[in-house]
Amino acid sequence: MATDAVPEVFHRRAQLMVVAASRQIRDGEVAFVGMRLPLLGFLLAKCTVAPNAIGIYELGIVRDQPAPEAILTMGDLPNLHGAQWLADTADVMGLLQQGAVDVSFIGGAQVDRFGNLNTSYIGGQGQVRTRLPGSGGACDLACLSKRHIIIMAHEKRRFVPRVDYITSPGFGRGADWRRQVGLPRGGPATVITTLGVFGFDPQSGEMALASIHPGVALEEVQANTGWELKVSPQLEETPRPTKAELALLKRFDPRGFWTGS
Amino acid sequence: MGTCLESMIPFAVGHEIIRQQKRELTLVGPISDILFDQLIGAGCVRRLRCAWTGNVITGSGYNFRRAAEAGRIAVEDHSNMTLAMALKAGAMGIPFLPTYTALGSDLPATNPSLGTVVCPFSGKRLTAVAAITPDLAIIHVQRADEFGNTHLWGNLGVTRDACLASRNVVVTAEEIVPSRVITADPNRVVTPGFRVKAVAAVPWGAHPSPVPGCYNRDHQAFLEYRQQSRSPEAFETWRRQWILAATDRAAYTRLVGESRLASLRLHHSALSETVDYGY
Repeated sequence: MATDAVPEVFHRRAQLMVVAASRQIRDGEVAFVGMRLPLLGFLLAKCTVAPNAIGIYELGIVRDQPAPEAILTMGDLPNLHGAQWLADTADVMGLLQQGAVDVSFIGGAQVDRFGNLNTSYIGGQGQVRTRLPGSGGACDLACLSKRHIIIMAHEKRRFVPRVDYITSPGFGRGADWRRQVGLPRGGPATVITTLGVFGFDPQSGEMALASIHPGVALEEVQANTGWELKVSPQLEETPRPTKAELALLKRFDPRGFWTGS
Repeated sequence: MGTCLESMIPFAVGHEIIRQQKRELTLVGPISDILFDQLIGAGCVRRLRCAWTGNVITGSGYNFRRAAEAGRIAVEDHSNMTLAMALKAGAMGIPFLPTYTALGSDLPATNPSLGTVVCPFSGKRLTAVAAITPDLAIIHVQRADEFGNTHLWGNLGVTRDACLASRNVVVTAEEIVPSRVITADPNRVVTPGFRVKAVAAVPWGAHPSPVPGCYNRDHQAFLEYRQQSRSPEAFETWRRQWILAATDRAAYTRLVGESRLASLRLHHSALSETVDYGY
């Protein structure tokens, strides 16, 4: 994702997505923070809506303060400095499994209307499959946190009726599916895309458009979604980032690596 | 390899494996950033047991993609947690461990190490993760003594369980120190020397990944690797330049260049308080 290859409109949307992600963290919550945009979302939340949030990282890091310098990966040394705990991956995964994590963030390559995520294989069984990097910690977060937030680009090839492979379970085939397969809790709460923000219907477990980004038409969202879009009756415009939030993004991503400048 | 996930990755050992043209390896590790991609591209790998393979800041690992899509490597799809559980089971000397993760996912369809088990107490259905007991754990640490007693600090990842689960451990260290430095602070030991087969001093042995207390991550190297691995031809150029032209790690660091290494060294020191192990 070299910055020179990314159009400016994407930068603005990346900013919007990070800000929307930060607003998903409530003050005092324990957040499990994934790689890339979520790293920024947590830093922003710590300085705005959730100053008392705790961040947990799969490498075995627990911290309650933003890293003192800009980071590109969670293993960058500033993200270790002043940590509350440097631990084993099994330790933080144990916290996750016992239900101590309120919210987590996952990126995806392919998602379906029940919020099932695929980051493993594009193409069904018996077809030529495009190999994606795999789960990392995403499957664990989707299975075990109280709620998880999905952040991804909104394109028709990514928003498909049914994913080719479930790397990270959403609501499977409907709202009761998680209980049936034995998952102890959770499910996707929000999907933040380049076009809008989605919630999930508690009865059906299906994704519904909750807010649309400024300058995006509803038709554009539908055209980039591979099933008949459900739209919340209270559809809103995604709030624009405030000047203070943009200034914080500049501080945490000074070279515009993730969000442009 | 890559037991700390994104930091302290044993690149020096990986590059020597490429240089020696080892073949048919099974790699075990949760993430390992671009090291696994390099070993795959060099034809060293037959099988992967891992959670994520690629380039952490740019996404795809192109050698991994090419090899997996062509069926040249077999991939056992883990999550970070199932891999951590597999090594913990290995470390504990038991055949499997139960977990709630991966229920409802398709990981068991592409990973024969994942099954299901019913809890004898609650009747609940859980994922069973088969133990992994590697032949060898390869770790890079800040310091070790000549007997292989090792100090590692920073995030630990799966390092302790990987060392316990493996039949042998190989350690590279930024520096070899007198044994009293290690035994003065035994809580910081990740693996005791009697488990270690070999230990070597390899400064910059984890470059371009970071080593707490020693050097920062060389982001530029990871960004450049994206292009350097995009095609088999580009990767061959990379292999000639960085592996074959550098006959050992000292030659490699000369290739990286002193000014670049200097830019990675710590610019802010943060010493911890000492503790008293006296009696």
